Amino acid sequence: MNKKPGILGRSYTALILLFLYAPIAILIIFSFNSTRSRTVWTGFTLDWYRSLFANSSIMDALYTSLIVALISAVVATIIGTFAAIGFHNMRSKWRTPLTHINNIPMMNADIATAVSLSLLFITLGSVLRFRLGFGTLLLAHIIFNIPYVVLSITPKLRQLDNNLVDAACDLGCTWMKAFWKVIVPEIRPGIVNGLIIAFTLSIDDFVISYFTAGGNIMTLPMQIFSMTRRRVSPEINALSTILFLSVLVLLIIINIRGARQEEKQKKRQAALNK
Amino acid sequence: MKPKYFAIPYVVWMAIFVVAPIIFVIVFAFTTPDGYPTLQNFAAMGRFTNIFIRSFWLAFVATAICILIGYPIAYILSREGPRLQKLMLMLIILPMWMNFLLRTYAWMSILENTGLLNRFLSFVGLPTLNIINTPTAVVIGMVYNFLPFMILPIYSVIVKIDQSLYEAAQDLGANNVTVFRKVVFPVSLPGVLSGVMMVFVPAVSTFVITQLLGGGMVMMLGDLIEMHFLGTAYNPQLGSAIALVMMFVVIIFMYLVNRFGGEEKVVTA
Repeated sequence: MNKKPGILGRSYTALILLFLYAPIAILIIFSFNSTRSRTVWTGFTLDWYRSLFANSSIMDALYTSLIVALISAVVATIIGTFAAIGFHNMRSKWRTPLTHINNIPMMNADIATAVSLSLLFITLGSVLRFRLGFGTLLLAHIIFNIPYVVLSITPKLRQLDNNLVDAACDLGCTWMKAFWKVIVPEIRPGIVNGLIIAFTLSIDDFVISYFTAGGNIMTLPMQIFSMTRRRVSPEINALSTILFLSVLVLLIIINIRGARQEEKQKKRQAALNK
Repeated sequence: MKPKYFAIPYVVWMAIFVVAPIIFVIVFAFTTPDGYPTLQNFAAMGRFTNIFIRSFWLAFVATAICILIGYPIAYILSREGPRLQKLMLMLIILPMWMNFLLRTYAWMSILENTGLLNRFLSFVGLPTLNIINTPTAVVIGMVYNFLPFMILPIYSVIVKIDQSLYEAAQDLGANNVTVFRKVVFPVSLPGVLSGVMMVFVPAVSTFVITQLLGGGMVMMLGDLIEMHFLGTAYNPQLGSAIALVMMFVVIIFMYLVNRFGGEEKVVTA
């Protein structure tokens, strides 16, 4: 039973990988096509990359996406870290229902979260005199990012030895000092993970942005959506290629980081066992 | 300040930004545009019955196909050596990091009538297919986008199965089929269930896939909701009612799936 997969299993895997990557490969190949056609190869060009960088509406959208992702990830990480620590120190009578509420935006369909937030913003806006725009877009991103930050920090808090905090306090640390010197360094990997997850979710989100951004501002996914609905432009393909390569590089960096962390953990464990 | 009070600001935050918005949806669903209580939004939904049925049916088909394709992959993957396993896992996750709209857009150029698939079919002398703007195209888009969400939870459960469980079953005289049926499958069921949730919910509520690959010919619940909030048929009250019914049916469905799964576990225990 412990046999490795045979030729049949391996070819099945290869087939699935082909299914997953063929469309992406096609997108990338046709980003270098010299005509607008997305199905007939006519020759090599880099024109679409040039016109992509010259396209101010795409560049504006990219800028908006990056700003929103950066701010919302940082703010969500700060709020989420405090929330996770607070939840962790609560009695389970309170913690359990609050955790369930925290999970709602992750469990719910995107469009349900989007619709409910847009109703809230429109209603509040009519009372407090504001309109859908950058502010509501940013707020929506912070709102849907926090649960994922909490989720990535909670396991690290469970691993944390509570005696460490007590020891620090006994040695004369104030609670605040113990927080910065003991808790934060111990849960740092969870915080960094949460930050990365929040950033990528924010960059990738279309549905919630689409419902909460109003008509005057566009994120990159919103721009892509409107481009796919208008005339065909290989600029989309060029954009796909660039995004795919950035994701690839990012993922490799994260993996190397993860491997290093594991190594550190092992060394630490070995030192403790001596 | 005690650490348990750290969460208080976030509890207030959740009340405003998580709980209140859902209450807004409920209130809107039960009011007229002038703000009077009513049930007419739910009565008006009758004409969308076929869209409701189509949404749940297509999401169901896509979920079933994801299980059929994804389960064997998760199983095969768990038998590979650790290095290859890690690499393959990366390869399955990587497309998920590509923007969802771009992944769907890629299928437009494959499936359209003069697209790559039909060019290939006519090249090898087969009759061409009319797939774009049909429910088939929408299901293909769903399976493509959500397949990793099925593979990963199943894999993460199977890979944790203790090797000694297999050996014990074999020592007791079970052949490979029996080991799979009595050991692997029951243990992997929770993974399948979370995969079902992660595929079914986004599939049933999508409007991107239907608009790109269905070309507006295959309306689903997501399109309906989008249309009533941002589109031509602006009516947030009716849109809220549709969203509310959708959420309600999804919750019931999930509850049933979980119950069914729970009972299965008891039977095999």
